[in-house]
Amino acid sequence: MNFPILSIIVFTPMTAGLLLFLLPARRHREIRLVALAAAIVALGLSLYAYISYDQSLGGYQFQEQATWIPQLGISYHVGVDGISLPLVLLTGIVMLTGVLVSWGVDDRPREFFGFLFILATGVFGVFVALDLFALLFFYEIAVFPMFLLIAIWGWQVTREYAAMKLTLYLFIGSVVSLVGVLAMYFTSGLGTFDMLAMEGAGFSTVFQRLWFPFVFFGFAVLGGIFPFHNWSPDGHVAAPTAVSMFHAGVLMKLGAFAALRVGIMLLPEGAKFWAPLILALALVNVVYGSLIASVQTDFKYVIGFSSVSHMGLVMLGFATLNQNGLTGAGLQMFSHGVMTALFFAVVGIVYDRAHTREIAKLGGFAKVMPLVAVAFIIGGLVSMGMPGFSGFVAEFPIFLGLWQVQPIVAIIAALGIVITAGYIMRVIGRVFYGDMPAEFAGAIGAIRLQDRVALVVLAGLLVLIGLQPWVMAPMIASGAQGVLRVVGGG
Amino acid sequence: MVLSLLPALSLLVLAGLILLVDLFMRPWRSPRRFAGPRPSTEPGGRRGLGTLTAVGLLVILVMVLVYGRPGAPLLVFGGMMRFDTASFAFAVVFLFAAAVTALLSVDVDGVGDRGEYYFLIVVATLGLCLMAAAADLILLYLAIETASISLYVLAGYLKRDDKSTESGLKYFLFGALTSAVMLYGFSLLFGATGQTNLYLLADQVRRGGAPVLFVGGAAILVFVGFAFKISAVPFHFWTPDVYEGAPTPATAYISTASKVAGFAVLLRFLLAFAEPTSDTWIVVLTAMAVATMTLGNLLALVQTNIKRLLAYSSIAHAGYALIGVVSLSELGTASAVFYLVAYVVTNLAAFAVVILFARSAGSDRISDYAGLSRRSPGLALALLVALLSLAGMPPLAGFIGKFYVFAAAVQSGLIWLAVIGVLNAIIGLYYYLTVLKVVYLHRSPDEDKPIAIGAPYAIALGTCVVFILAIGVISGPWIESALAVATSLF
Repeated sequence: MNFPILSIIVFTPMTAGLLLFLLPARRHREIRLVALAAAIVALGLSLYAYISYDQSLGGYQFQEQATWIPQLGISYHVGVDGISLPLVLLTGIVMLTGVLVSWGVDDRPREFFGFLFILATGVFGVFVALDLFALLFFYEIAVFPMFLLIAIWGWQVTREYAAMKLTLYLFIGSVVSLVGVLAMYFTSGLGTFDMLAMEGAGFSTVFQRLWFPFVFFGFAVLGGIFPFHNWSPDGHVAAPTAVSMFHAGVLMKLGAFAALRVGIMLLPEGAKFWAPLILALALVNVVYGSLIASVQTDFKYVIGFSSVSHMGLVMLGFATLNQNGLTGAGLQMFSHGVMTALFFAVVGIVYDRAHTREIAKLGGFAKVMPLVAVAFIIGGLVSMGMPGFSGFVAEFPIFLGLWQVQPIVAIIAALGIVITAGYIMRVIGRVFYGDMPAEFAGAIGAIRLQDRVALVVLAGLLVLIGLQPWVMAPMIASGAQGVLRVVGGG
Repeated sequence: MVLSLLPALSLLVLAGLILLVDLFMRPWRSPRRFAGPRPSTEPGGRRGLGTLTAVGLLVILVMVLVYGRPGAPLLVFGGMMRFDTASFAFAVVFLFAAAVTALLSVDVDGVGDRGEYYFLIVVATLGLCLMAAAADLILLYLAIETASISLYVLAGYLKRDDKSTESGLKYFLFGALTSAVMLYGFSLLFGATGQTNLYLLADQVRRGGAPVLFVGGAAILVFVGFAFKISAVPFHFWTPDVYEGAPTPATAYISTASKVAGFAVLLRFLLAFAEPTSDTWIVVLTAMAVATMTLGNLLALVQTNIKRLLAYSSIAHAGYALIGVVSLSELGTASAVFYLVAYVVTNLAAFAVVILFARSAGSDRISDYAGLSRRSPGLALALLVALLSLAGMPPLAGFIGKFYVFAAAVQSGLIWLAVIGVLNAIIGLYYYLTVLKVVYLHRSPDEDKPIAIGAPYAIALGTCVVFILAIGVISGPWIESALAVATSLF
């Protein structure tokens, strides 16, 4: 393939970000339009790549390779497979909708979009990287803008605390993985950071078992795995809407994806050895996360903890190490990404108008913003795993896979789904139905067109995948096969 | 052979030229006698001196790059100097740092319009270049003193400023003491072997011509002098006070060029003794690296003055570079050299921002940096780049530097040392982010006062930022050069 489509996808946001810094700070309108244009380009190219990926061929496609730091065997090597391509598309979607819902950011929008786009480049980069060094490089690029985005534009009450907590958690995770990666590099003796080459490095079983926890959990911190999930609800809540969307929608997948790609695929023996622990921890995620979510009084915290719970399902899918589980995990990453972006968009829209997120103080919003209510309900149904929505398509294979490995885990995890249904119903009932408090009557402004477009796109995708799973499931299944070829077993 | 003296000779010419031009310029008047606007701010005033110095240094830099390239390592002038890639590369670094420092001094009150000030910078650079090239104990001592005495005066240059005077005196007393100890070590080395040439001396020790224990003891005394230069714990006590009190451009110079020269000498010494360098030395160096990193970072956490914060952070960075030195391998040496180059451009950028800010706001307190991102978005962005590079975030120079030294440690089997380095990086990130939080998040009543950035400053700062990005993104050629330096030292 001559056209370097992946590189263009990766660097479009960063180029746009740099371009923004050249614009005068006061030209808010132009700044937003540049941001929107960049997001459309990135999404369009991701979609094009998604459509033109040849599933019958499988494997890594659209590969590009260029020397970078030859002295250390580092190259700029990118490519996508059935697991990562949907995530690239997800990033494109969240980027576009994130720009749309941020139309109202008035405090230094230039810096806001600039940092958001640097983040987006990091995210795209991790998903397409086939070189370990490149992966770490982009991974950390994705981490640090978060600090500024949350600290500057976040929720005044907790932003400083949450931003610092999040950044330090994620940085600790990534540097722990870094040491593991260096150990892999020198032990392999191949003198290359190329992951495709390292898959055949033949690390000893002892080495794999020793280093797997460092690498896997280092990345899984960003995936929100228990007990390292603590940063995530605080971070989600403190972040401004678009950043929460990015954060829960895409960044947590970044952690999970890197844990899969580096931890499980390069150290498969370690993965097999530690799988029971991952199952146990992820199970705690699912059940404990949903229990905590159901006692929250803050709308946004409910969604924040629901992410912890849903990411647990992704990790459960990984830990099964079988076709069903991995396919489900892949689908869940996409489905949850879209769903949670939708949730946070709704929370942001409600908060911007009601200026409170206390569930007890809200009510009756379906009457003033029916579209928002419908979008949220669709998201809620996805979250509960209702057939006909993407959540079902994703969770069903995960449970199938779990049943093959550990039926008891599947049964307990199903409890989490029941609890999820409980709190989602409660939120829908309290926030969107019932009587509207008197102070809101007539005080709720109209919803911007940009917000509407964002909600329709996100909700539409959830329904589309729910009704027509063929648009995504076979691709992810082919990716899962690729993973299993490396890991062995099935 | 004469080429080896090219930097030194041309610096000497430049120093003379500066004194000469200074003589014929309009006299500078002290503020006491002259109550009106300072002559230094008049157009065409004595600011030209700084520009002259910078341009002169730049010309020398280009000359050295074009004509001064060494071939195979060569001992010249009866073994006084070694003309190799190391001496060449370090000279380039010193010239660059001096040129940037001269540009940064132009508008600084009390130093920017004095000929002697620039003269001292040039002479100090001359000393540093000779330090990096010296292969004989006598020349080495002379070079160290040439550089040090100029730097003492620079630190105490603001005669009427108590802190500056204190800084100069403190630097002098500590420096004199450690250099006396070092000289004593030199004399013992000479006494044991009858040689002053470093390489002959090492050869003699290797052949068993001198009692190892005695030489080791003498080497420890010598080492004290070097440790003082690089401000390694426990010889770091002078650093914060000297950095805080000295005129800020002088601080920038001391913290970069002088520290790198210390490392240059240390590396040359250690590698000359490469074979007899025993495990004891590795233990000493490792302990020193750990202590230096950790203490520097921990003390930086509580600083409220940006210059003191950068002082402690520079101590910590000496510790990271020592990680590379510890492994004493080619990769380790190259990583230390690369780290130092990345550190020089980054720290110069950070100090450039500090100088500019202090000129406008008259303060070095971190809390006064509130609102900087609104007063001058560009300056805030430059500080962001510099601090994140110091923290080791991609795509900036500091990331590759850290990655490289940690890689060297892992390669030598010192995984635990890499882990300590990584933990330190986390502490570092915390305090750099704290500064950035003030810059971007906190509000201040002065927000509408923009910060003037003169052309020399824009050039200096822009150059440093470009280098930070260039070294971070296109790292291959830089690593190649670092490896060449390392090879030439063996």
